[in-house]
Amino acid sequence: MILHELISLDLLRLVWWLLLGVLLTGFALTDGFDMGVGALLPFVARTDTERRIAINTIGPVWEGNQVWFILGGGAIFAAWPPLYAVSFSGFYLAMFLVLAALILRPVGFKYRSKRESAAWRSGWDWALFVGGAVPALLFGVAVGNVLQGVPFHLTNALMPIYEGGALGKLFGLLNPFGLLAGVVSLSMLLMHGAAWLGLKAEGPVAARARRFGTVAGIVAAAGYALAGLWLAFGIEGYRITSDVPANGPSNPLYSTVERGGSWLMAYADRPWIALAPLCAFLGIAMAVRGLRAGREVTTFLWSKLAIVGIVSSVGLTMFPFILPSSSAPDSSLTVWDASSSQTTLFVMLVATAIFMPLILAYTAWVYKVLWGKVTEEDVTGSGHSY
Amino acid sequence: MEFDLVELSRFQFAMTAMYHFLFVPLTLGLSILVAIMETVYVMTNRPIWRQMTKFWGTLFGINFVLGVATGITMEFQFGMNWAYYSHYVGDVFGAPLAIEGLMAFFMEATFVGLFFFGWDKLSKVAHLIVAWLVAIGSNFSALWILIASGWMVHPVGAAFNPDTMRMEMTSFMEVVFNEVAQAKFVHTVSAGYVTASLFVLGVSAWYLLKGRHIDLARRSVAVASAFGLASALSVVVLGDESGYSAGHTQKMKLAAIEAMWETHEAPASFTLLGLPNQAERTTEYAIEIPWVMGIIGTRSLTQEIPGIAELVEEAEVMVRSGILAYDALQTMQEMRDETPEAVRLSFDQHSEDLGYALLLLSYVDDPREATDEQIQAAAWDTVPNVWVIFWAFRIMVGLGFAFIGLTAYFFWRASFRQMQFPRWALRLAVVMIPAPWIAAELGWIVAEYGRQPWTVDGVLPTALSVSQLTVTDVWITIIGFVLFYTVLFVIEVALMLKYIKKGPHEDVEETERWMQRHYHRLRTTDGKTPLASPAE
Repeated sequence: MILHELISLDLLRLVWWLLLGVLLTGFALTDGFDMGVGALLPFVARTDTERRIAINTIGPVWEGNQVWFILGGGAIFAAWPPLYAVSFSGFYLAMFLVLAALILRPVGFKYRSKRESAAWRSGWDWALFVGGAVPALLFGVAVGNVLQGVPFHLTNALMPIYEGGALGKLFGLLNPFGLLAGVVSLSMLLMHGAAWLGLKAEGPVAARARRFGTVAGIVAAAGYALAGLWLAFGIEGYRITSDVPANGPSNPLYSTVERGGSWLMAYADRPWIALAPLCAFLGIAMAVRGLRAGREVTTFLWSKLAIVGIVSSVGLTMFPFILPSSSAPDSSLTVWDASSSQTTLFVMLVATAIFMPLILAYTAWVYKVLWGKVTEEDVTGSGHSY
Repeated sequence: MEFDLVELSRFQFAMTAMYHFLFVPLTLGLSILVAIMETVYVMTNRPIWRQMTKFWGTLFGINFVLGVATGITMEFQFGMNWAYYSHYVGDVFGAPLAIEGLMAFFMEATFVGLFFFGWDKLSKVAHLIVAWLVAIGSNFSALWILIASGWMVHPVGAAFNPDTMRMEMTSFMEVVFNEVAQAKFVHTVSAGYVTASLFVLGVSAWYLLKGRHIDLARRSVAVASAFGLASALSVVVLGDESGYSAGHTQKMKLAAIEAMWETHEAPASFTLLGLPNQAERTTEYAIEIPWVMGIIGTRSLTQEIPGIAELVEEAEVMVRSGILAYDALQTMQEMRDETPEAVRLSFDQHSEDLGYALLLLSYVDDPREATDEQIQAAAWDTVPNVWVIFWAFRIMVGLGFAFIGLTAYFFWRASFRQMQFPRWALRLAVVMIPAPWIAAELGWIVAEYGRQPWTVDGVLPTALSVSQLTVTDVWITIIGFVLFYTVLFVIEVALMLKYIKKGPHEDVEETERWMQRHYHRLRTTDGKTPLASPAE
């Protein structure tokens, strides 16, 4: 018996679709507050000491958190190679902006405190702001475009061709719905960053963070609701019109796809998925209340629930699509025809089953060691903080 | 001069990869050296070793973050600039990358924060464990990346699937235990250890020349020269193992390294120096050492090593066979389930050579219509740029032996000559700081430029692997990366120099008090003259 045949291909695909969601959610939950803090930095912290307090709340953990992003990229490459190939080359210049922003961030954290000069530090503060705000916005823009479908087709040899010139591709992404999704994602992560600062910082930094977080939460809820209405009335959905064997080969061209109807039809077919947007609204409402009341741990947890709800609602609404094509719907990528082979998915699942619990355990231990508020004495007294 | 999409994409990849590898080797080696120093501290409880751990740890941190930052580019660049590559081999190549994240990078990145922030929050032993986890994580990262990279040079454990039009994994174990990958891994991490050792040695030598931080510098020299010597030996031995493995897995690269245009009688001689001429297909002014090449390449005196001309003839046969596979594949795509059995059989027979037919796509739209001249041209395309490979290899090996000499000399002076180093040797150690980086980058040129015209040897030509972007797209990112990376490089080097000049600045009083007691003890216990203390 060959080991990898223990789990059927359709089940592996479903599991990897779920795991993709877990990784992206893990990224939004952990690195999300790092980005939120970065984007809030110029507003919630004014003096150098205040900024250092804000930075040091995430100083020891952002590096580990960012690995969720790296791992997400790696998992898309390994489990959904066509998705990796089409989206990263299609969103080329947007990806470059995200990369540049994400490179600025680690350097900013590490190098800011290495010199005393005020100009040096304020320069890196802006780098940290860009490093937080730009990816937070652009990830949302990307999701907004995926929901509308993006203009690409696959040749017979399955070579992806993305329509549009260099700048056309970039500005094509910045359409109204894409930008709205970007605003939702940015405000969601601002709220999350504020909840984190409320938990880990003290004094004026925490107080200002709570005020900004409240506003961000309200914007996120309004934007999310508006995007839902827009999806209901303004954007066509996609559906598979041919027979697609869930165990079949990963060739998107073997099936036919049509535009029409609404993505929200999914809620009629699978009513239980309404749980996701419910969690989103409930989480935001409770997080906003907690921010106003000054509650700490529970606010952060509600904010997490909101993120889980928002991210999973996108995936559940689109299922089984993962990247629809607006210009050649037949090239659309779905869960059933854009995965890796059974062997690869199985090997990767085994690796995940071994290492993910370990990762969660040692990450939890690190957070436990670092538990407690970052105070003024922490950043001025010790030589180890940023 | 106009560049096309493929050239620009290759330039960008080479540039970002080589830039990334400015930081990686130091991370690999320094993480271990720092962990060794901290181990000595925990075992002996001597504050000087904690000071050393923190000092070299600071330099490690400045370097580490750029390794992480530029590594992000590497991971996403495959999808951005090499979309067809990503589709074609993602099923095999993506898995080690993802496992690298799961098994290694997560560990390294999660604990590195605690390494810097945890001094007051953890017990001594717990902090030491954290330091080792960072080091182990970094080195495991290298393992999985080199498994992926080794597969591109020697693609085992995979087969082409006509339904999905891509390579798919047939055996994970074969991919992991790929002999090329394993040799490449040990060779590369050893090179990283040498880089870090020579860095520590050089910086310490500079302190000794300046008469500063003598205690820290001497101990650092002792650790770095011992570790560096062992690593430098390992680099050469494993480099030789790579050479042996290349003898049967990468014959063309070996022939190019040797500029061996024709097959020689066994045992082949080793061309020490010469001027390869690709147009004339000869090597001028060659200085040859008999027998040596045959021994390195085949571990025997009787086996022949094929020359370039013979390998090109073999490639031509494979191009012709690949055309048959390509032809069968077209029929299978049209007829799918109704494909006649004979066509399937023909595909199975020739599918291993499919990649060679794809080389023809640079000349014709349909490889089946290629002329004899085009087939011959495609076969000659399998020869990499001999001149570059030949010289890059020789400079790398020359430097490798120089590293053995340097570390051995310092190890001997440190062990048997009471840490007394002549000034010329100290100056040499300072001058040699950049040399391991040069050797490492040249090594990558031999390994990856030497695999051209393929991204995956014999499977997928480089020209076909790129994303269908516009030239403008790639120019924008090239200019962006050049500007951005240059600024970061200047900042990094400036910070390194600043912190090297500043010297150890933590736990200063405690360390000094302990050092004074230590010198006092040395003087009173055995009655001999101790090593000069810096106070004298």
